[in-house]
Amino acid sequence: MSEVMLSFSGVHTHYGHIEALKGVDIEVRKGEIVTLIGSNGAGKTTLLMTTCGNPRASKGKITFEGRDITNAATHEIVRLGIAQSPEGRRIFPRMTVMENLQMGAIVSDPAHFEEDLEKAFALFPILKERQDQRGGTLSGGEQQMLAIARALMSRPRMLLLDEPSLGLAPLVVRQIFQTIKEINEKQGMTVFLVEQNAYHALKLAHRAYVMVNGEIQLSGTGDELLANDEIRAAYLEGGH
Amino acid sequence: MESTFEYFLEQLINGVTLGSVYGLIAIGYTMVYGIIGMINFAHGEIFMIGSFIALITFMILGIVGITWVPLAILIVLIVAMLLTSVYGWTLERIAYRPLRNSPRLAALITAIGMSIFLQNYVQLLQGARNKPMQPIIRGGIELMRQGDYVVSLSYLQMFIILLTIVLMAVFSLIIAKTSLGRQQRACEQDQKMASLLGVDVDRTISLTFVMGSALASVAGVIFLINYGVIDFYIGFLAGVKAFTAAVLGGIGSLPGAMLGGMLIGLIEAFWSGYFTVEYKDVAAFSILVLVLIFRPTGLLGKPDVEKV
Repeated sequence: MSEVMLSFSGVHTHYGHIEALKGVDIEVRKGEIVTLIGSNGAGKTTLLMTTCGNPRASKGKITFEGRDITNAATHEIVRLGIAQSPEGRRIFPRMTVMENLQMGAIVSDPAHFEEDLEKAFALFPILKERQDQRGGTLSGGEQQMLAIARALMSRPRMLLLDEPSLGLAPLVVRQIFQTIKEINEKQGMTVFLVEQNAYHALKLAHRAYVMVNGEIQLSGTGDELLANDEIRAAYLEGGH
Repeated sequence: MESTFEYFLEQLINGVTLGSVYGLIAIGYTMVYGIIGMINFAHGEIFMIGSFIALITFMILGIVGITWVPLAILIVLIVAMLLTSVYGWTLERIAYRPLRNSPRLAALITAIGMSIFLQNYVQLLQGARNKPMQPIIRGGIELMRQGDYVVSLSYLQMFIILLTIVLMAVFSLIIAKTSLGRQQRACEQDQKMASLLGVDVDRTISLTFVMGSALASVAGVIFLINYGVIDFYIGFLAGVKAFTAAVLGGIGSLPGAMLGGMLIGLIEAFWSGYFTVEYKDVAAFSILVLVLIFRPTGLLGKPDVEKV
């Protein structure tokens, strides 16, 4: 079994008096795709944002490559090697595609900018065509591709993806998931994927966790959970 | 005489000179608004402090015997920009940062409070009386002559206009092309995302105050050497005018601030030249009201094109 990269132990997060995470334990190992599924409001996005220190965990511990990052500043997290494509993609709307990618690279050495840019364009050729277009004018699918490409520009060792399939056409979803698989297999990238689209996510992931009301209810390999009756009933009913 | 082209030209030159001062101050308003969404009402005082620092530096240079004008002005500009930036940085650090997540009204009232504080601080330290300064750049070139009426472009005005153009060009380039400029624009559009990408948002906001203050201090230097007299109260009206300029051009828009500054300067100059000096402020503000009725986002302010 390979080493643990990202681990959450007993992580609690509060928004004011509301407890969004109630003691979460998750481990992501090097080279894995791990997915966290759960319904709306379960706390999936909160967990990803807590990883990046915004909001901060009120209790518990988050470590990355053995280092305690629970109280690290948000802008320091990416320097440690964790990049995120957040909920809602958060493309800078009044910046061009190229500028968005440059923003992704601000913590990395300018010497390998060109090389990283070529890699990103190879993954998502459409971005090369759109490079001078403003981020806000891209389609949803293109924005998602840009968000992932932007995250990769910092040469992370771990990629956090928050609902990359949200609001996208089935064909585009398939393409995005294919690319995530490619990044994982070819670049050896460790991926922590948060999804509502349980079927695709479970198919893709090596291991998976199910979150309900801020707690982990189940975990197992992707295939195990796909075969689980409870999961089928709760998340895959009317299946894809 | 008022109908001649010579007279028109003279007002144009005056207007552009005045517009330079407003434009340089307006940039500070618009940038701070862009990045933290507040109107820094103490920005006019930063301009005033810049002009006082310039006056003091000129006096010190006179005492130590540096009287070659180009060198003196260069030193004064550098000293004023550096020291005024420290004021701007401190202002943000002490007064605004602790209120970053408070209701907007709290920040607004604090800004007005800081404005009053800085005025009184300078009044206590420097006295309430006018501070005059001898003109240091004399002469000019004659552009036109009609009988006894001479239109000239003074070397001082040439210097002011050139300095403003260079500064605005350099500044626009920094914002458009450098990594720092991109980080500032990123913070303007989405601070949370910027921090996820590794941008130190607090540091970027500090730098924005530093840059705005540096430009306002240059406006202070220009004001001092052009009008030759300053007092602790000059920041108020200049600040209000520059703020008007920023709103006229479209608050948050950099070219808008420059354009708005020029327009307010020109309106004032032409109104004073052709109508009555007393009502020049009324004219400037009336134009603002008119523009805002027909273009609520200002001349160059655009509503966001966003797709979510």
